[in-house]
Amino acid sequence: MEIIQQPWPWYVSGPLIALTMALLVFFGKTFGMSSNLRTLCSIGGAGKFASFFRFDWKAQKWNLTVVLGAIIGGFIAVQFLSDGSVLALNPETVADLNTLGFENVGKTLLPNEIYEWKSVFSLKGLSILVIAGFLVGFGTRYAGGCTSGHAITGLSNLQLPSLIAVIGFFIGGLIMTHFVLPLIFSA
Amino acid sequence: MKFLKFLLVGIFFGIVLVKSEAVSWYRIFEMFKFQSFHMYGIIGSAVFLGILFLWMFKKFKVNSIAGTPIVLPPKEKSFTRYILGGTIFGFGWALAGACPGPMYILLGTGVFSMLIVIAAAMLGTFVYGLVRNRLPH
Repeated sequence: MEIIQQPWPWYVSGPLIALTMALLVFFGKTFGMSSNLRTLCSIGGAGKFASFFRFDWKAQKWNLTVVLGAIIGGFIAVQFLSDGSVLALNPETVADLNTLGFENVGKTLLPNEIYEWKSVFSLKGLSILVIAGFLVGFGTRYAGGCTSGHAITGLSNLQLPSLIAVIGFFIGGLIMTHFVLPLIFSA
Repeated sequence: MKFLKFLLVGIFFGIVLVKSEAVSWYRIFEMFKFQSFHMYGIIGSAVFLGILFLWMFKKFKVNSIAGTPIVLPPKEKSFTRYILGGTIFGFGWALAGACPGPMYILLGTGVFSMLIVIAAAMLGTFVYGLVRNRLPH
């Protein structure tokens, strides 16, 4: 139990993610989390505005079930399978984040400077979450997949388009991390 | 109970991503700073084993649980949509520190402000659906 409650090393987690993908493929489906966003839009009536959302969303109920499971899994992991240990980040990362004004780095999964209600209820805080979410939702549909669909499934299936998409993920992520975050946050 | 297996896979996935810390904003930041092998190890070993799994499915002509052949539809050939969409996605990923899977999982860990990010991601998807015919693919 103690071993389970400690953070899991990459060589355990990575193969288990591959297993998740393989199970869904074996169940006759595929591993893609972002398509649920399109399904949710369709359920919400987006088909009235664009043909992109007029499809049989009921055929996607299995994927929404995976989402429901993922939410429950997150709950179980923090409630019963965690020992509350601090993330073992590179000290350089911690120092870099301190310079940007982040405190208590790694003591929670997410920085309070972005996700705590106090931060969320400011124009800047709210803008960060809304813009970030919008870019993820827009980008993933434009690219036809996200980390699960392209980086895991697509690369495993040796798809060149997925490699291009993953290169794109990194171009965007590197620009954001190295040039934009320092403009948004400063101590 | 044909949905039970999907629920269980989802639970498993959620637990793995929390325990691996791949849902952490800090780990994504660290990855894009090239300051740790952790995330590269996770993605690298997942892809390595994933290639092996899919290769074995093909090699041994494994049928799906329903008895039908396993087919993964190839991704449509293009460059523009993948590089542009991917880059836009990357901006959001590094800012939110979460991609779609972790967004749901983090909601389960009790981060309710994630609902704002999820709603915004739905809005982004919706706007894509509105303008997609005018975008280069």
